[in-house]
Amino acid sequence: MSSMNRREFLQLLAAASAAGFALDARSVWAGGTGDSLYDLKKFGNVHLLHFTDCHAQLLPVYFREPSVNLGVGGAQGKAPHLVGEHLLKAFGIKPGGIEAHAFTYLNFEQAAQTYGKVGGFAHLATLVKRLRAGRPGALLLDGGDTWQGSATALWSKGQDMVDACKLLGVDIMAGHWEFTLGDKRVLEIVEKDFKGKIDFVAQNIKTSDFGDKVFEPFTMREMNGVKIAVIGQAFPYTPIANPRWMVPDWTFGIQDDNMQKTVDEARAKGAQVVVLLSHNGMDVDLKMATRVTGIDAIMGGHTHDGVPKPVIIKNAGGQTLVTNAGSNGKFLGVLDFEVKNGKVSDFRYKLLPIFSNLLPADAEMAALIDKVRAPHKARLEEKLAVSEGLLYRRGNFNGSWDQLILDAIMEVQGADIGFSPGFRWGTTILPGQAITFEHLMDQTAITYPNATLTEMSGEQIKGILEDVGDNLFNPDPYYQQGGDMVRVGGLQYTCDPNAKIGNRIQDMRLAGKPLDAARKYKVAGWAPVAEGARGEPVWDVVARYLRDKKTVTPRKLNQPRLLGMKGNAGFAG
Amino acid sequence: MNTTRRTVLKGATASGVLAGLIAAGALRPTQVLASEWNKAAFEAKDTAGALKGIGAAAPADSKDLVLKVPDIAENGAVVPVDVVSNIPKTTSIAILVEKNPSPLCAQFEFSNGALPEASARIKMGQTSMVKAVAKADGKFYTAQKEVKVTVGGCGG
Repeated sequence: MSSMNRREFLQLLAAASAAGFALDARSVWAGGTGDSLYDLKKFGNVHLLHFTDCHAQLLPVYFREPSVNLGVGGAQGKAPHLVGEHLLKAFGIKPGGIEAHAFTYLNFEQAAQTYGKVGGFAHLATLVKRLRAGRPGALLLDGGDTWQGSATALWSKGQDMVDACKLLGVDIMAGHWEFTLGDKRVLEIVEKDFKGKIDFVAQNIKTSDFGDKVFEPFTMREMNGVKIAVIGQAFPYTPIANPRWMVPDWTFGIQDDNMQKTVDEARAKGAQVVVLLSHNGMDVDLKMATRVTGIDAIMGGHTHDGVPKPVIIKNAGGQTLVTNAGSNGKFLGVLDFEVKNGKVSDFRYKLLPIFSNLLPADAEMAALIDKVRAPHKARLEEKLAVSEGLLYRRGNFNGSWDQLILDAIMEVQGADIGFSPGFRWGTTILPGQAITFEHLMDQTAITYPNATLTEMSGEQIKGILEDVGDNLFNPDPYYQQGGDMVRVGGLQYTCDPNAKIGNRIQDMRLAGKPLDAARKYKVAGWAPVAEGARGEPVWDVVARYLRDKKTVTPRKLNQPRLLGMKGNAGFAG
Repeated sequence: MNTTRRTVLKGATASGVLAGLIAAGALRPTQVLASEWNKAAFEAKDTAGALKGIGAAAPADSKDLVLKVPDIAENGAVVPVDVVSNIPKTTSIAILVEKNPSPLCAQFEFSNGALPEASARIKMGQTSMVKAVAKADGKFYTAQKEVKVTVGGCGG
């Protein structure tokens, strides 16, 4: 093993994949510290490790990347709007190997069997320790969406993730779903648990009365004699995409002007490297890099794009690297800068997929995770049903997991139409795998989980679809919110992403008949953002449905007919 | 939108800008609150009528009039607007929301060389163009930007 180089190692994995073997840690590690996927040669004198949007996944999971991630306007045909073979080609990744599996949906079911699960904090901890050993002073950045996404994070109000991140050695953090725990809980964690350990930074959160800062906009660190500033950017549309009443006294927004001032202030204080830890979403980050100067790298998240290489944006101040590091604990980004004569002269970047079979679990982290889960074990591991097909969420319009949720809420509540939010988190279930209560919580664990049944007119339904469609397909990224299209059950429609708001959604039909603008329809949904919303938690509704079915047949996805998307590199079909 | 003096006052006070001007003696409260109330302009039901009401039927686009509004409103009931005029001899700034039932939201008068900056919180029922109109040396200038008002939810 020690003589095996990286290329041979990957070939071995590809061969194993073709033969249908599962890999285990021993077969890879038996030879000691050989050249492997994770032996990344140190470069330069400033080192940043970045994970984002892990959505509280402490254990290894399966996660299928999207087959539909359309780019419109200036984003068409460019990262991050590349799927499948388009992505492999753009980044020079060999088809059929472990990296092709990590970055695309291609051959997902078989490759997932071969390479096994991804992520898991105990495996991530091992990788972080290894990289830190070879990169003295390296900073670990958490882009946020860390305290939400699992049953244990919901039940502990984020405490399990806070403890895990402290143990992992996170240095600096930004946020989004964190705020759905409420402003008081966020401040409690930042002021008590994080004090003196993790800096929670956000240049774009202000008090709504006097515009005072709520968190530090940036933090200065010194590494190997180089001064570095890390600025934080919270998800700008948190009070719109999520319940505003949970953060009633704070405003967010993109705030380019204030970002520029913050960068200038950091430079004036001697920062030789300025990094933005961003939860804008990649399209917003790409635009911001053209407008704000003096940022060496925007290390981004929110849109869950696993982008193998940085996009380099030239601007008036030089250049800005824009990265995005995927989701669900699947990746760790490693950015090395060489800083000479007070400024960045060169860089290396690698987005490492975390294959849990290839990285032994860190004992201390594994023990913490066991401790967190122990009181809830029986509830988490309840088998609700067995899935015959693949269940996944990611994709612009629908996923089989969302279809299952739609089928459940419509049947249980006797609705004509179902709406399920276009969230991008949520793990994947392989065919034949049991769906546990924990898996269901991976799709639904939020602090406003109410299942709802609402009477809506055809006109209102069209209005909602147009509104959400514009959040996804507005050609100006600053009007995009970074989620996917609301998943729709029962109702067929045609979507023209290139059209303007009001004209994107066409030919809406229910059981073949055109939707009547004036008629009222029963619409099942969940995750209402209004204060005081009522309704049973959606996980209880879906759990009941699953226990009753026992076996879940492969889902038939309700997807819109698309116009004008032929040849789009963000579309697999 | 039911624009009243109360909402104009409330918005301006929250920003502190108008209050600051009054404290500095640049504006006398009576001047703001009573004498200049332009009933016809504030009650106009469309933008053309409101513009006509303030005497600005065809204002010219100006980059020296800086309008700051969010791309997407966090809360349509209180959208923060800030307008700064860098045009010499600016004597008034008006804020309009094209698709509001009564488009004219606020009008600020500046005298004796007061710094022409106005901030307010305005109410918007739907996605609309927001317009600032400044009067300087007898001429009218405008700047505009669309603010999106969305139903919310479904993100991330």
